[in-house]
Amino acid sequence: MARIMTDYGPLLLRAMGQTCLLALWGLFFACILGMFFGLLSVLKNKACNLIAQLFVDIIRGVPMIVLAYFIYFGVPYGLNTLAGAKVTLSALQAGTICLALNCGAYMAEIIRAGIQSVDIGQMEAARSLGLPYWRAMQRVVLPQAIRTMIPSIINQFIITLKDTSILSVIGFPELVNTAKNVVANTFMSFQTWIIVAIMYLIVITALAKLAKVLERRLNRGRA
Amino acid sequence: MAGHEGKNVKIHVSHLKKNFDKLEVLKDISIDIHEGEVLVIIGPSGSGKSTFLRCLNLLEEVTSGEVVVDGAVITDKKTDINKVRERVGMVFQHFNLFQNMNVLRNLTLAPVDLKKASKEQARDNALEMLRKVGMEDKKDAYPAQLSGGQKQRVAIARALCMHPDIMLFDEPTSALDPEMVGEVLQVMKQLASDGMTMVIVTHEIGFAREVADRVIFMDGGYIIEEGTPKEIFSNPKEPRTIDFLNKVL
Repeated sequence: MARIMTDYGPLLLRAMGQTCLLALWGLFFACILGMFFGLLSVLKNKACNLIAQLFVDIIRGVPMIVLAYFIYFGVPYGLNTLAGAKVTLSALQAGTICLALNCGAYMAEIIRAGIQSVDIGQMEAARSLGLPYWRAMQRVVLPQAIRTMIPSIINQFIITLKDTSILSVIGFPELVNTAKNVVANTFMSFQTWIIVAIMYLIVITALAKLAKVLERRLNRGRA
Repeated sequence: MAGHEGKNVKIHVSHLKKNFDKLEVLKDISIDIHEGEVLVIIGPSGSGKSTFLRCLNLLEEVTSGEVVVDGAVITDKKTDINKVRERVGMVFQHFNLFQNMNVLRNLTLAPVDLKKASKEQARDNALEMLRKVGMEDKKDAYPAQLSGGQKQRVAIARALCMHPDIMLFDEPTSALDPEMVGEVLQVMKQLASDGMTMVIVTHEIGFAREVADRVIFMDGGYIIEEGTPKEIFSNPKEPRTIDFLNKVL
């Protein structure tokens, strides 16, 4: 155990950094996608609802490992043979897209449910005063919806952070991929995987603690 | 109709129909409501009275027919409904105060956001409206900290902050504990005597008798009978009106 720590500690820490980097990029775009499709699904427009539903259903129905292979290998190959376009994606780019799509679909559902949990009367009251739909959404409905969404969103963040390990299959040097190399060099799989597990545990526990603090602060001073 | 007939028509409704999918809720409603008039709508639940009220500011989409508010044809898709709504206040059964804002912010949100007033003007105006409904000392409270009657008085003040010239009331006292009904009706009475044009859906027959200029009785999506409170309550002509009044009085 001590040998792994001294010889490979810095490497594993750097890999953890890569994991967090990938997760952050993925989450960033997932929030945008989730917001977009979440709002699309609450609009009073059948076509918009259908598009949002389709996005969520497709992404939810495909395992992320398939999505990762498809985006990293399939899409550049397809574009090359079908359209003659030379496109290559780095593992980070493909990984980010993959996480953003996957997490974005779940975020869209969280955001839809959050908005729908706000009493319809809140929107009606705002509209009756003459506020346009989006203004009412922004000022009245979303601030209330976000409070109910926070726990689910944090939970989704944690899942996404863990899902980065799946992207070891496209060769991104995140923690699991790096740990595999360490094991290949040292044959000390027991010690290595314990260390990796503890590293994940620490980061995720910290994230969960942060979530609790955030949640408490949001609820402070409110009846 | 208590002398309002010669005045300007504030709301003109002709052949209004409203369906929810296959269910016909409003079948053929035509009525003119005049400036300064207090119109009270009564009727059994499911008669379409709330739906009718909600058609007057297009919270419900209208299936067919025409609704004209202050000269604006709101059933015409080209009309900017938000502009019309600024002049038509609405008070809801369940208050619908913005839960994420304190009382003062509830009152100033729309005027400031819609650039009707500067922050300072809106604040002064809000405080004046709160004084009017006797809620000045609760300006910093959140809705969850108020009683039902207090919430409804704040909701009325919120609507008044846009300086509407029409107020719609959708069963404003139905969700209140009995001892709080009086304080809300008192505020509404004051508004009526200030000359506000009001359309009120209510079950408060005593209030209707005292404050209404005209009462309409609705049932099954039609206006069955209309007249002064005296005509409707003391001398109803239609069997369905008589039947309803026998049940509630």
